Amino acid sequence: MNLRFLSIIGVFWSKSILAEIEYRVNLIVEIFSVIGNLSGSILILSLFYSNGNNLGGWTWNASLTVLGVYTLLEGFTTCILQPNLSRIVSHIQQGTLDFILLKPFNSQLWVSFRIFSPWGLPSVVSGIILISIGIHSSNEVLSFNSFLICFLMLISSILILYSLWFVIASTSIWFVRVWNANEVLRSTLVAGRYPLSAYPDSLRRFFTFIIPIGFLTTVPAQAAMNSVSIGVILASCAFALLLLWISNRFWLFALRFYTSASS
Amino acid sequence: MAIVRVERLSKSYLISEKQPGLAGSLKHLFARTNTSVRAVDNISFEIEAGEIVGFIGSNGAGKTTTLKMLCGLIHPTSGSISVSGYKPIHRKTAFLKNITLVMGQKQQLIWDLPALDSLHVNASVYGISDTDRDERIEELSAMLDLKDELNRPVRKLSLGERMKCELLASLIHRPSILFLDEPTLGLDINAQIRVREFLREYNKKYRSTVILTSHYMGDIKSLCKRIILINNGRIFYDGLLATLTKTYSSSSFISIELTKAVNPVLFKEFGEIIECDELLVRLLVPRSSLKETLFKLLNQMPIKDLEVNDPPTEQIIAKLLRSVSL
Repeated sequence: MNLRFLSIIGVFWSKSILAEIEYRVNLIVEIFSVIGNLSGSILILSLFYSNGNNLGGWTWNASLTVLGVYTLLEGFTTCILQPNLSRIVSHIQQGTLDFILLKPFNSQLWVSFRIFSPWGLPSVVSGIILISIGIHSSNEVLSFNSFLICFLMLISSILILYSLWFVIASTSIWFVRVWNANEVLRSTLVAGRYPLSAYPDSLRRFFTFIIPIGFLTTVPAQAAMNSVSIGVILASCAFALLLLWISNRFWLFALRFYTSASS
Repeated sequence: MAIVRVERLSKSYLISEKQPGLAGSLKHLFARTNTSVRAVDNISFEIEAGEIVGFIGSNGAGKTTTLKMLCGLIHPTSGSISVSGYKPIHRKTAFLKNITLVMGQKQQLIWDLPALDSLHVNASVYGISDTDRDERIEELSAMLDLKDELNRPVRKLSLGERMKCELLASLIHRPSILFLDEPTLGLDINAQIRVREFLREYNKKYRSTVILTSHYMGDIKSLCKRIILINNGRIFYDGLLATLTKTYSSSSFISIELTKAVNPVLFKEFGEIIECDELLVRLLVPRSSLKETLFKLLNQMPIKDLEVNDPPTEQIIAKLLRSVSL
């Protein structure tokens, strides 16, 4: 990542924000949607804890932090992943990927970061507020080291989510329409709004090894609550980097089969 | 020296065949039958720097596939391509900065924003400074006769205005090799003429190499000295457009103006009737019998004026394409 890349991304995002604010009503819709979703999630969470239960040892505040991480990730998804990765399918279907491939700029970065949609920002802000409330109410003191680890785990979870989604979107080079697969992935991620231990054993294994939702929300929240082991930190980072590398190799491999939409 | 060199180039696609109806769809879902289609079949040619070459052929002849292999979008099945000394499929930065692809049926401009915003995006991707960018936009928009259109959202532009903005966006980095795939598709006659004039001017000013596909003979005739005719993925003519007319035209084209209307059926014995509109008749007559036919026409028909020419290029090419398809 260098200065040229950042300046190009700056131009990309400023132009896409200009294009997005042509549709101002979206902001109001998004704010209402975030308020509705969060209220629902907090209500369900409070029902779990209403009879003195806890979610597999997780306190109310810790669960609130997991929900905060999930909301933050959801916001990031709406800002960057959703608008870009869901468009890969139409780039391939309509043949506009041709223009991207012929630009002197990394095509994976282009299709992944060309658009920034500001409508996910209410979720990002709400996520940060929830995490802060969770940490503050549990009387945990977030040291600089814990903050760094928490941030690192968040970056890892973003990379894991991005890589999985990108690989699925790339398969549209062969299958053209993979919207359903993208939707399945996004819907499954909803499971990440509660701590992993809230789920039965079989599902927990599924969310750890098949679709690694545990790494996405539970691990960063554990880091924020100072309860994550060094082994998990290293595993999370290594897993994220491995998936990112696979996503890049997979994209280059898929492009060998790109036939471009006929004219 | 050749800037584009193509040797024994071929491209095959696997196409899955599907029968109509529910039964066909179910069969297609569980057991697909794939057929290999040879879109480009063992073609070779060279193009010199500064040349404008027209690629002509029917739909599905292999023109666009060839163009896409030349700019590095799709992998050839076999054969070799060299463009400016680069192997296109590697898509090296220096190669990409030297070429452009314009497609009449696809657009790269940002739909909701003024075209100027898309130009700024492209300029930053190509690493063009703000001063150079503004200078180039001013120069190219003057050549394309674009003024306030650049400040209007792309979705509000007419097709012709949009195409001109597309050309500007594709040429802001001053490429020396232009791949144009039907750049005047759907444009009205005035917009077509403006685009052709612009391309001619750009080619002259920057000595750029242009490879053009078009179904409009107007584009070909006004821009290309040399044409490559392609059918079923194979080249069957590569040479000057003027030579094609001389070599392949075994007929002459007679335009007749009559003093009074005549039953069109009566002209059948003189040759193939191309057009018959009351006092105006156009015939295609074999060269071998031209003298006799003219003599007969002058004696038997109420002729006011008569002109003999080579047949229109469209006629020759259409006839050639028909003959090689058989």
